[in-house]
Amino acid sequence: MPEQKTVTLNMGPQHPSTHGVLRVLLELDGERVVKATPVVGYLHTGIEKTMESKLYYQALVCTDRMDYLAPMSNNLGYCLAVEKLMDIEVPEKVQWARVCLAELTRIKSHLVWLGTHSIDLGAMSMLLYTFRDRESIIDVYEACGGQRMMTSYIRIGGLAHELPVDFDKKVRRVVKQVNEGLVDYENLLTNNEIFINRTRNVAVISAEDAIAWSLSGPMLRGSGVKHDLRKANPYSGYENFDFEIAYGEKGDAYDRYLLRLKEMRQSLRIISQALDGMPEGPYRARVPGVVLPPKEDVLYKMESMIFHFKIITEGFKAPVGSVYQAIESPKGELGFLITGDGSNRPRRVRVRPPSFVNLASLPRLVEGGMFSDVVCAIGSIDIVLGEVDR
Amino acid sequence: MEEQFRGFIKDQFGEAVIREDDFRGEQSFYIKPEALIDICQAFLEDNELQVRFLSDLTAIDWLGHERESEGRFELIYNLYSLTHAHRFFLKMHLPAEAPKLASLCDLWPGANWMEREVYDLFGIEFVGHPDLTKILTPDDLEGHPLRRDFPLTYEQPQFSWNKDEPPEVIR
Repeated sequence: MPEQKTVTLNMGPQHPSTHGVLRVLLELDGERVVKATPVVGYLHTGIEKTMESKLYYQALVCTDRMDYLAPMSNNLGYCLAVEKLMDIEVPEKVQWARVCLAELTRIKSHLVWLGTHSIDLGAMSMLLYTFRDRESIIDVYEACGGQRMMTSYIRIGGLAHELPVDFDKKVRRVVKQVNEGLVDYENLLTNNEIFINRTRNVAVISAEDAIAWSLSGPMLRGSGVKHDLRKANPYSGYENFDFEIAYGEKGDAYDRYLLRLKEMRQSLRIISQALDGMPEGPYRARVPGVVLPPKEDVLYKMESMIFHFKIITEGFKAPVGSVYQAIESPKGELGFLITGDGSNRPRRVRVRPPSFVNLASLPRLVEGGMFSDVVCAIGSIDIVLGEVDR
Repeated sequence: MEEQFRGFIKDQFGEAVIREDDFRGEQSFYIKPEALIDICQAFLEDNELQVRFLSDLTAIDWLGHERESEGRFELIYNLYSLTHAHRFFLKMHLPAEAPKLASLCDLWPGANWMEREVYDLFGIEFVGHPDLTKILTPDDLEGHPLRRDFPLTYEQPQFSWNKDEPPEVIR
């Protein structure tokens, strides 16, 4: 019998540092990782299949449940794709409000990442601080959509309701709080020796490899590729905002940490600009037969009521053809490929999940490294298993 | 920019391009499936266009639609040039019987999981893939869920009044 040199170790799917139900089969030679095989699919609920059987309006609620840490980004991506398919222009105010909400979502998602990633690496108190600040963003969500997580606030053709009356005040409070919070986080982590030792030169990926592995978002920019869809292919009026793309140099976990902090600061800048310049106007586009008429009209106007009834019961018919709309979600390029087939239900809704594609590079990140760095690598990819498995 | 990409593919692979489509301003080329690898390689190696990023690949099942006459499965490759910020699509139709296509894993390692996903959910085989196994669905699930003839089913929950009956499958 040949001498066995490696040990196979099963990590997950219930391991707390896998951020959900990720399983990684590790082949270890002592403390070194020889081979890593991620196993996903434990949370597969067939969301794409479900969306095919729903009306375009109904399918929207499925999007919240994929990346549940960034529901508004998913809503935005889906709505933009359907609007492209139906050729709808939304009012300027809607665009600005969506940008504001999407950036709040980015901060919210990054805060959860920061808290959980530092808990993985032993900084236990970070989670309490980040969740304190996240809570204030959730308050804004609750004021807008009535729910804390699964908001479905961004709808096809506009928003679900008018923005709440104290939206401006609430969001400015968030901006102030997160601004102060970011100083705390940097004081706690950026020069923290333990944190630096755990993340510097860990899970390194070069720019060429990052592109070849189709990585996107912080994983791509962390390696020094200056690519951000908000700048490269602006959507929802991002071209009106003044912000910078944050990027790293080495492509290690520490760079990605710095980059996400910088991104949060840029998001705060965008939010402030959106609040300052928020135009007046309707909160929903006026496209009879496709976009729901405003609720006030439904109560008092006959035609609006008929359209409302028709859209809710029958939906609208989309033309035959595929459109793809990608947005820069907190985790990377979130794309929606929606295919209409002439009926009132989509033929196919394909979600290009950033977490799934980024996670595929995990073996490349950890093989040859130390066993304890696997935790750091998984954390720094920033995955949400709800989106990986869908 | 669109002109450049059109010129590139038309010059080198004029015969392989069946038709062009610019639905909603998105450039896509319907190509013959055999030519996929060569076209991708040519794009990848071209220093002018710099198409280095395979953004996504997926499939559509056209069962029961008039588009089925071109081939039941439509494969969509989503390519992106980071330098020119230009996105375009390579699309091709595959027949219903034993759909097969060459794997792009040699060109892009990132294609590995995407192809496994399409294999798992649509049952399209990628020839030359290093590890073509199921990725999302359980190992004991038969069939490919995203095919249109795979029913969307659920089981009747078991309560005290029906606990002795076999679970009813609702289609």
